[in-house]
Amino acid sequence: MLVYLIRRATQSVVVLFVMSLLVFAGVYAIGNPVDILINPNADQEDIERAIKGLGLDRPLWEQYLVFLKQAILGDLGKSFVFNVPALQLIFERMPATLELAVTAMLIAIVFGIPLGLWAGLKPDSVAGKTIMTGSILGFSLPTFWVGLMLIMVFSVDLGWLPSSGRGPTQELLGVPVSFLSWDGIKHLIMPATNLALFNLALVIRLTRAGTREALMQDYVKFARAKGLSDARVIGVHVLKNIAIPIVTVTGLQFGTLIAFAIVTETIFAWPGMGKLLIDSIHVLDRPVIVAYLLIIVTFFIAINLLVDLCYSLLDPRVRLADAKS
Amino acid sequence: MDLEGRDVPPTSDSSAISVSSVAAAGLSEDTPFRRVVTDFAASRIAIVGLAVFVTILAAAVFAPLVSPQNPYDLAQLDVLDSRMPPGAQAGDGKMTYWLGTDDQGRDMLSAIFYGLRISIGVGVTATLCALALGATLGLLAAFFGGLVDSFIMRVADIQLSFPAILIALILLAVLGQGVDKIIIALVAVQWAYYARTVRGSALVERRKEYVEAATCLALPSSRIVFGHLLPNCLPPLIVVATVQVAAAITLEATLSFLGLGLPITEPSLGLLISNGFTYLLSGKYWISFFPGIALLVTIVSINLVGDQLRDVLNPRLQR
Amino acid sequence: MRILATLVVALVLGVSVHAADLRIGLAADVTSMDPHFLNAGPNNLVAWHIFDALTRVDENARLVPGLAESWKATDATTWEFRLRRGVKFHDGSELTAEDVVYSLNRPATIVNSPGSFVPFTRPIVSKQVVDRYTVRLRTAGPYAMVPYDLHSVFIVSKRAAEGVRTEEFNQGKGVIGTGPYYFVSFKRGDRMELARHDQYSGTRPAWDKVDLRIMPTDPARIAALLSGDVDAIEQVPTADLPKLRANAKFQVAQKVSWRTIFLHLDQSRDRVPGLTDRSGRPLDRNPFKDVRVRKAISMAINRQGIVERVMEGAALPASNLVAPQVFGHARELKPEPFDADGAKKLLADAGYPNGFSIVLHAPNNRWVNDDQVAQAIAQMLVRAGIATRVQTLPWNVYTTKARNREFGVSMLGWGSFSGDLALRTVIATFDAEKGFGTWNWGRYSNPRLDRLVTQALATLDEGKREGIAREAMTVAMQDYALIPLHHQISSWAMRKGLGYTARTDEYTLAHQFRAQ
Repeated sequence: MLVYLIRRATQSVVVLFVMSLLVFAGVYAIGNPVDILINPNADQEDIERAIKGLGLDRPLWEQYLVFLKQAILGDLGKSFVFNVPALQLIFERMPATLELAVTAMLIAIVFGIPLGLWAGLKPDSVAGKTIMTGSILGFSLPTFWVGLMLIMVFSVDLGWLPSSGRGPTQELLGVPVSFLSWDGIKHLIMPATNLALFNLALVIRLTRAGTREALMQDYVKFARAKGLSDARVIGVHVLKNIAIPIVTVTGLQFGTLIAFAIVTETIFAWPGMGKLLIDSIHVLDRPVIVAYLLIIVTFFIAINLLVDLCYSLLDPRVRLADAKS
Repeated sequence: MDLEGRDVPPTSDSSAISVSSVAAAGLSEDTPFRRVVTDFAASRIAIVGLAVFVTILAAAVFAPLVSPQNPYDLAQLDVLDSRMPPGAQAGDGKMTYWLGTDDQGRDMLSAIFYGLRISIGVGVTATLCALALGATLGLLAAFFGGLVDSFIMRVADIQLSFPAILIALILLAVLGQGVDKIIIALVAVQWAYYARTVRGSALVERRKEYVEAATCLALPSSRIVFGHLLPNCLPPLIVVATVQVAAAITLEATLSFLGLGLPITEPSLGLLISNGFTYLLSGKYWISFFPGIALLVTIVSINLVGDQLRDVLNPRLQR
Repeated sequence: MRILATLVVALVLGVSVHAADLRIGLAADVTSMDPHFLNAGPNNLVAWHIFDALTRVDENARLVPGLAESWKATDATTWEFRLRRGVKFHDGSELTAEDVVYSLNRPATIVNSPGSFVPFTRPIVSKQVVDRYTVRLRTAGPYAMVPYDLHSVFIVSKRAAEGVRTEEFNQGKGVIGTGPYYFVSFKRGDRMELARHDQYSGTRPAWDKVDLRIMPTDPARIAALLSGDVDAIEQVPTADLPKLRANAKFQVAQKVSWRTIFLHLDQSRDRVPGLTDRSGRPLDRNPFKDVRVRKAISMAINRQGIVERVMEGAALPASNLVAPQVFGHARELKPEPFDADGAKKLLADAGYPNGFSIVLHAPNNRWVNDDQVAQAIAQMLVRAGIATRVQTLPWNVYTTKARNREFGVSMLGWGSFSGDLALRTVIATFDAEKGFGTWNWGRYSNPRLDRLVTQALATLDEGKREGIAREAMTVAMQDYALIPLHHQISSWAMRKGLGYTARTDEYTLAHQFRAQ
């Protein structure tokens, strides 16, 4: 177990290293932030001063080494345009994104599992088929389209929900959150729903598939034959069987939700990390882009590890040593 | 467990699920083709999906023949005819815009046919390329194991945490704009999914007797990998691929929406939608609505087909 | 933590919408509260609420007194600025010449800015406090732009800002100005809250509180206005103008903006990227070097058509590099009349009866409808016999490529409040050292124009200077140094009962909104 963890950690460090190198080179290839931000009337001296001030006058490898040295000390650099440490900038935005992602995940699970169970237990009923066809819609609609449609219908036509931004925040254990006030919740509903749709569809399908399989299994047939109530069969045996895929996917999707809520955050002007990333890409704010992606990779690595650990708890047949063949 | 396709997002080191899921599909190797067809036809909704998709495909393939206008030929467009409502007559009286025109005076009906062509073309090509690349790498990882495996899978890890938008932007800066570039971007984004899926099922296959037998016969590795392992990993791949075509189309639409997609004079469905979106609030719904419906119907029909295929190819669900 | 707490308190208090509160939806993000950190439109917009500068420009982009009640050139290289007396900072202290000198020195101390204010302060080689209300500034040579440049440098309180780092400004530290509103809170990426400065020296600001909200997505910003989440928005998408105008619950304010959209044609090299004959072979010479070809391209473009159909009326066909109300606009120039047949004939005269083939480059997220305008132009050029492909790119990729001169035909938009300055940057012969022609992507070069521009910028008499600037503009435009397309018209939309004095410089300022 310990050996396993150490090996995973070493690999993670390598991944982080390669990642930073790639992003560094990639952003360099796109363009020069000074070209975008410099005063249009600036002369050569001004331009050179700006390039030097940001340390962009040195060769790329040297810039990278400087970055690496600082990074090892835990400093990922200052944002070019905000002039604030990149990490601070990201952590400042993190609660907003986390709140959005958690809400979206909750929506997906709370609605997804019952609907999926229903569709799995009665696959040939009208309701079951409707649920399944409906879940295809969840996969099929591009996020940006749904988001804009939601704004159209619920903000403009009906006027029920605010169109964008995050509502007022209150502090909960030192973290600013917005779900404690009605106004905050109203701001949260649309972006969270938009982000949840894909995962809702995913959870419905996983649950349905798992349920259908479980019903074919001998132990479920046996449990039924033994005369156990439907509620108990479903509640205990079926749900247990679908727990693993749900845990995996929700775990992994949660990481994706946090990392790539970009489109939803852009459309709803939700001041989260995804929007920060896209804004930073637009002005080639390299320190923020690099720091953001490193954090995301770390997130992914941690979540993957947690998911693997969950397996070994949920299913004794999975042994970590095997999982890492 | 039934977990193929998009249902298996990036899973790192979770061969556990892929192994058991694909073990299921792997058994279908002796399923006769005919039974697949009969089983597929058992679902009316899947048949409808297939019929719709074939129709759409035909419209896309024969777009130049069925379109009243070539929307990619700037000489045929007239900006003075822009934003005309459905059913309007062209300024020169030569044609009727049955679905209206967009901001450049493009006939929406023609633009949708051509857009389908691009969207489906991009989606299918990108999926096939990603499939080929991902499957090869996945097979190699599974077959050789050890360092090769670790290396490929770590690269996949990095890949999966790289936002598609950044990849697209870098490629746009380095390679420029074009249909081929967007395909490269989509392949770069998607190959890792296939690599994981294939690696999972190949790991199971590798321990089977027929592979052992082949190894004993001292067949070359390439023959074992592509001659024996690959065919046995195909069923789950086919299912993944159908669904991923839809995913690729959606992703292309999203990239276009963010301004990172195709050349603006040759719009795909996604580009048509995002161009038209500015007009939705102003009541000129047709510029965005019709391409949106076309995209929706296309993707839903692909998913309906993929869905049924998945059920048919999963032997554990046989009734 | 303390900061967060203040934020929360401020937000909780701010929830109830008071009658005299104003909520504005802004289209772009604000990165810093330090007015000397980044010279970017959105940052300056907020700074104009909190701070003030020695000079200002009015809604017509003409220079007017700001914190300085008057200024004059005492000799060819010396400027004297007299401050208004009794101007109070938000902390109650009085503005003095010391604050001015401190503020002019401060931009140079901020080294890590990608868009510094130093270009405005560097021409000033020495600063002298004459008395409490008088500053004397010297330049190396005669330089007419000093009063204009100083309109871009915000005056901070020396006492409050000294020793405060840029980062700390974001929490309100040192954000002490003389502007009509004072800083309450800054929630990055979301909103800024301001409140009335009761001792403001100008007209009493109309609003108790001002809430500036960041809403970059067009439909979301419109939706926020329609649903009453905000009272006013800037940068109304052209598509929504007709419907908003027709809606009795809202009104629209418009003004011809200082931003002019034009095309650069590369006329420096023999081989230009993307320029070929119709069959794709490179041309043996560069057609853009021939003024007849440049003129033909200009004639082939139906500017009125673009304005009406693509811009939905929110633009003005352009004949100049600067808008009609801006200093140095040459009135005698008229927008090129649309004449496709004439263009074809002119191309034939120039030796291109079959035309040739070009790639037209434009950004797709920078100016109003930029990619649509590019497509419309391509249609028109195709009709005149020039096979045109359109390539649009996001601004971050576009600008670097354009500066590396990878484009033969490229779209650029420019905002300037004086014609001679715009000519210097966009049309004058490229000379990085002098800062001439730094955005002259076409590398047009005309010694006569350079002389006129240099002369104008060194003429301290405004009347004489404007005459020279107009002459320079006429020279450049008659030689088709670039192809002007249109001046943008900026639009603001607000709920009924509000009025806005629309500005040429596109700034959205709370103190120019009023209840009607």
